[in-house]
Amino acid sequence: MPFELFVALRYLREGRLQTWLILAGIGVGVGVIIFLSALINGLQQSLIDRTLGSQAQVVVRPPEEMPRILPRADSALVSSVVQRPPQRVRSIVEWQRVMSLLRRTPGVVAVAPTVAGPAMAVRGPGSTAVTIRGVDIDSYESIVDLRGRLVAGTFDLAGFKAVVGTELARELGVGVGGRIRIQAAGDRGGVYTVPGIFDLGSKDLNQRWIFVSLRGAQTMFDLDGGVSTLEVKGDQVFQAEELAGRIRDRTGLDAESWMARNGDLLVGLRSQSQSSVMIQVFVILAVALGIASVLAVSVVQKSREIGILKATGTRTGSVTRIFLLQGAVLGAVGSLVGIAIGTTLALFFANLARNPDGSPTFPVDLNLWLFGRSVAVALTVGLLAAILPARRAARMDPATVIRNG
Amino acid sequence: MDDTISLLRVEALTKTYGERVVTHVLKGIDLEIRSGELCALTGPSGSGKTTLLNLMGLLDRPTSGRILLRGQDTTPLDDASRTRLRARSLGFVFQFHHLLTAFTAAENVLLPLLSLHGNKEPWMRERALTLLAEVGLSDRADYRVTDLSGGQQQRVAVARSLVMDPPLVLADEPTGNLDTQAGEQVLRLMRSFNERRGTAFLIVTHDESVADLCHRVVHMVDGRVDSDTRNGVEGWEQDGGTSVQTHEPLS
Ligand SMILES: Nc1ncnc2c1ncn2[C@@H]1O[C@H](COP(=O)(O)OP(=O)(O)O)[C@@H](O)[C@H]1O
Ligand SMILES: [Mg+2]
Repeated sequence: MPFELFVALRYLREGRLQTWLILAGIGVGVGVIIFLSALINGLQQSLIDRTLGSQAQVVVRPPEEMPRILPRADSALVSSVVQRPPQRVRSIVEWQRVMSLLRRTPGVVAVAPTVAGPAMAVRGPGSTAVTIRGVDIDSYESIVDLRGRLVAGTFDLAGFKAVVGTELARELGVGVGGRIRIQAAGDRGGVYTVPGIFDLGSKDLNQRWIFVSLRGAQTMFDLDGGVSTLEVKGDQVFQAEELAGRIRDRTGLDAESWMARNGDLLVGLRSQSQSSVMIQVFVILAVALGIASVLAVSVVQKSREIGILKATGTRTGSVTRIFLLQGAVLGAVGSLVGIAIGTTLALFFANLARNPDGSPTFPVDLNLWLFGRSVAVALTVGLLAAILPARRAARMDPATVIRNG
Repeated sequence: MDDTISLLRVEALTKTYGERVVTHVLKGIDLEIRSGELCALTGPSGSGKTTLLNLMGLLDRPTSGRILLRGQDTTPLDDASRTRLRARSLGFVFQFHHLLTAFTAAENVLLPLLSLHGNKEPWMRERALTLLAEVGLSDRADYRVTDLSGGQQQRVAVARSLVMDPPLVLADEPTGNLDTQAGEQVLRLMRSFNERRGTAFLIVTHDESVADLCHRVVHMVDGRVDSDTRNGVEGWEQDGGTSVQTHEPLS
């Protein structure tokens, strides 16, 4: 064992109560950081999962059609009100070409063509406004895991089949194998069999969305082989806005990221992360001050011994390292204690309350990266906190401390 | 013929403390310690013995004058070089707080070796155990030093001062804190190491009986060497070396 580590460990062991107390202090600090991070990461992850569980990271649409006023030759000022044209489902020009362009765009993992449009779902006396989502189940599944969201039946869209959400099924009183009528503009539509029922985790979507085959939706909205949207999955959830920008530049189409669509959620997540970071910074500061004060006291207590070490040939650099190592060891061991405390706390919390579906109300995200980061931070903080005490020890003049005890 | 060599030599050494209120502690000391010497440094309290010893041990820097260790002038050296030189050439025994309380007797003895070589190796413990046996503490090697008596602690300190096999050991009142019997035991140990290994000792003391055991007694008064006498020990006649300077007592 290296000399400096040998002496450092012995000093820590000798400091018994002091050492245990500061280890407990670091442990509680790191534990709080781990617990907080696990909880916030878990909550945020589940919020994001929930959000992206039903929508694509980037949705590509034809550009907005707005009538423009041609400038008049006499450049007289013209006051006018510009109105949007009546809404109808529009298709993306040459969507197959656009899709292959998107697939070649860096950062894109999957692209699925879909058709979305408004319609009425009718069964017996009941009727309700719905959004028809025409999808090719195989390509769409790489965007949203529909089969995983199925609560009854199958996700079979071939022919006149319509998969509905739990709310709509309840509202219309339809079960698997039942039939509903779907009516779109221009008296298009027909009678569809319900092969399955989904739950997308949102009451609104469970009530509004109906999945039919891509071809069925194309006919319903008179698109003649066209699609109204291309849905894109990128390789990094939080790069979706940049990806949308790249897609806009490349295609000239309207591309909207999930982040733009869920601005409020994102602002919430950000401020949550920021306050978590603030708390962590203060906890780390408190831990650092704790370590520094324990070591500063130890340097004073040990000044005579430091003098003796120096008189018997210990180099100044070694004295510095002895105290730096004490800081590092305190940080490392304390962070292990903290991992134990934080993990216990997080698991306790996760098991405290459960949603009706059995998933924890407070999902926690404990992972090796979080543990590794905590150890690294605590070790670094320990080292940094030890710098001042170590320098003080190194500066100690052996003649003076030996003479004065 | 003199076959001894100069181990440590100070020339015109002065030391003053303080800036506004200046205390002249050493007022020009010339002294030489040669190999194999067993030398006592006596003098009243406050006469500057500890100050001189700290300077000779390269623990402190003089105000003026030179300190030559085995012929090499140490005054221009930086702290790191002086530490290295001290580790190899000098052993120390202090009056108080001699040992590191967190360690066992054997560990205290081997720590200087460990700090020089960086890593613990079995031969270091062997060497420590041999020395502890020589000071009569084989059975206390693995005791925490706080569990040893004052005399035993000081014997551990003597063993430690010898672990690097230095040619010279500087001891500042090594018996000052011990009862007569324990003090005598420590002193006899030093003398026996001096005889068997030829290690030179410079021992600060104001105990007459300690001085009587030594070959040479340097007496300090008020920051000056007042007298430098040799006891009639055989083999200690010297032919006019600079180390023998007899001063007239100041009146
Ligand atoms: N750091 C210091 N600052 C001021 N005066 C000091 C200091 N160290 C020692 N002295 C003074 O130097 C004188 C000699 O001290 P010291 O060498 O310890 O004498 P001795 O060991 O012979 O008793 C004393 O008067 C002491 O007060
Ligand atoms: Mg003294």
